[in-house]
Amino acid sequence: MSDPSRLSRWFNSKGWVAILIGVPYVWLIALFLLPFFIVVAMSVATNTPTAPPFSFGGEYPLINFESFGRVLTDTLYLRAFLTSIFNALVAAVLCLLIGYPMALGLTRVSRSWRNILLMLVILPFWTSFLLRVYAWMGLMGKNSWFNGFLTDAWNFLVPIDWAVKSVPMMNTNFAVVLVMVYTYLPFMILPLFASLERLDPTLDEAAMDLGSRPSQVFRDVTLPQSIPGIIAGGMLVFIPAAGELVIPTLVGNASQPMIGKIIQDEFGQARDWPMAAAVAVALLLLMVVPTMIYSHYQAKAEGTK
Amino acid sequence: MNRRPTFLISVLCFGFAFFYIPILSMIVYSFNASRLATVWGGFSTKWYKSLLSNQQVWDALILSLKIALVSATVATILGTMAGITLARFTKFKGRTLFSGLVTAPLIMPEVITGISMLIFFILMANWVGWPAQRGFATITLAHITFSMVFVTTIVNARMVQTDRAIEEAAMDLGSRPWQVLFDITLPVISPAIASGWLLAFTISLDDVVITNFTTGPGSTTLPLLIWSKVKLGVTPDINALATLMVLTVGAGVIVAGIILSRAEKRRLADERMAFRKND
Repeated sequence: MSDPSRLSRWFNSKGWVAILIGVPYVWLIALFLLPFFIVVAMSVATNTPTAPPFSFGGEYPLINFESFGRVLTDTLYLRAFLTSIFNALVAAVLCLLIGYPMALGLTRVSRSWRNILLMLVILPFWTSFLLRVYAWMGLMGKNSWFNGFLTDAWNFLVPIDWAVKSVPMMNTNFAVVLVMVYTYLPFMILPLFASLERLDPTLDEAAMDLGSRPSQVFRDVTLPQSIPGIIAGGMLVFIPAAGELVIPTLVGNASQPMIGKIIQDEFGQARDWPMAAAVAVALLLLMVVPTMIYSHYQAKAEGTK
Repeated sequence: MNRRPTFLISVLCFGFAFFYIPILSMIVYSFNASRLATVWGGFSTKWYKSLLSNQQVWDALILSLKIALVSATVATILGTMAGITLARFTKFKGRTLFSGLVTAPLIMPEVITGISMLIFFILMANWVGWPAQRGFATITLAHITFSMVFVTTIVNARMVQTDRAIEEAAMDLGSRPWQVLFDITLPVISPAIASGWLLAFTISLDDVVITNFTTGPGSTTLPLLIWSKVKLGVTPDINALATLMVLTVGAGVIVAGIILSRAEKRRLADERMAFRKND
């Protein structure tokens, strides 16, 4: 059989390497990089009442910075950016405050318990994101048992004049942050656990033997060594939270939109593609900074390993 | 050391209550007889019955499974190729761009990925006439693109951990590069490929935002169907659907986890045996 041997000769030449590298490379260039460049180009196009609603050159300027000008001057966009950054930042900090003790706790339980608990941390990540958001809609609604419980607790604690019929939770920024913390908490716990698990327990013991109190051991030994994990977890929460679309649409306040909703509305309802593209590019620029910090620390963490 | 674990354990308990109470509450309320989704009106399974006889839900589920099956399989092939490439070929032209291309989709906000895909498909339709209509094909292409990079990440992490010496030994013993790939590399990283496929499958099955941008008339996946209903509020039939989905996925993940960890244990035991024989 000459055919298989010819095939194998071809495989043994540079051919198979070219396939291995080339196919995924070409795929990503065609379906990720090219569409992305189209968006970048779109952000400097002119909005026209044609279909598709944009134009370069001709009677319109080839490069039109009008959309970017509006991003920087129109308070609608500035407010949306501030809301997004604020919500994502608060969610990241809350995730850290809850996730850090949880990750530390996971390193202190027995090995068999640890595996079960880690599974329980990962399990919500596999179940539908949309349904996890939906579960909170059921809890936060006016007539739900959870809202009733919070209402009773509030009415019990505060003077009678402040009593409320139900706690207003749905369609607020508070709800957005709460659900973000809920859905993104595993992203914080897992990298924190990974970095805390690697720490040498004898360092703790050495610090204790030298007379440190537990709080001092934590502050001087554990915390500084887990900074790469904190940065990684923080970025993994902040970056998707800032561009979030599903959560604010379902539980957020429509009069305080986040940037993802603005992009969708400019594209869909307003049919202003250049504007949507300009807001998208601005959002990406906003995310480049935290991503650079992240990869900087990541490189540092890998260098010290 | 004595006081801290008490605090940590109580935060752990609080955290897990936080994780699971909303889901448990949703499951309990799926058996609610009342039409008002949040007020308890007695036990009933009627929402399950109406759900199972709803053709729209079945059609959406079948479309979602088809897309997830095709996109996860193609994404696993492409993602594995990229993962092997990144781990084994340290020098080739355009490596920097390539490693950028496999990380960028991970951090790109879904809205932007979705819009760029949609604009791309619309312009393609205008310039070359394809895709004339958006639906199964466009959704699948989009899902492959953003889920393959997750497979790449998992496979690459596994490749970095594996011992290159085995591959080099096979080469020294006369194996051709492609024999090494199929006889050594792929079997060794097969657990990573399997978990990559599972991840790609669930990502595809779960996606709302990118699907919402790349879909067309008549192509409603299950998440899109849920999305359109959930925007209007909480309903008992969605509670029932959610319960079925959460329980199915939960059982699936637990079974897959047990199978994968058993395979891993067996592999470790085999390795130990092999080493012992060499002694």
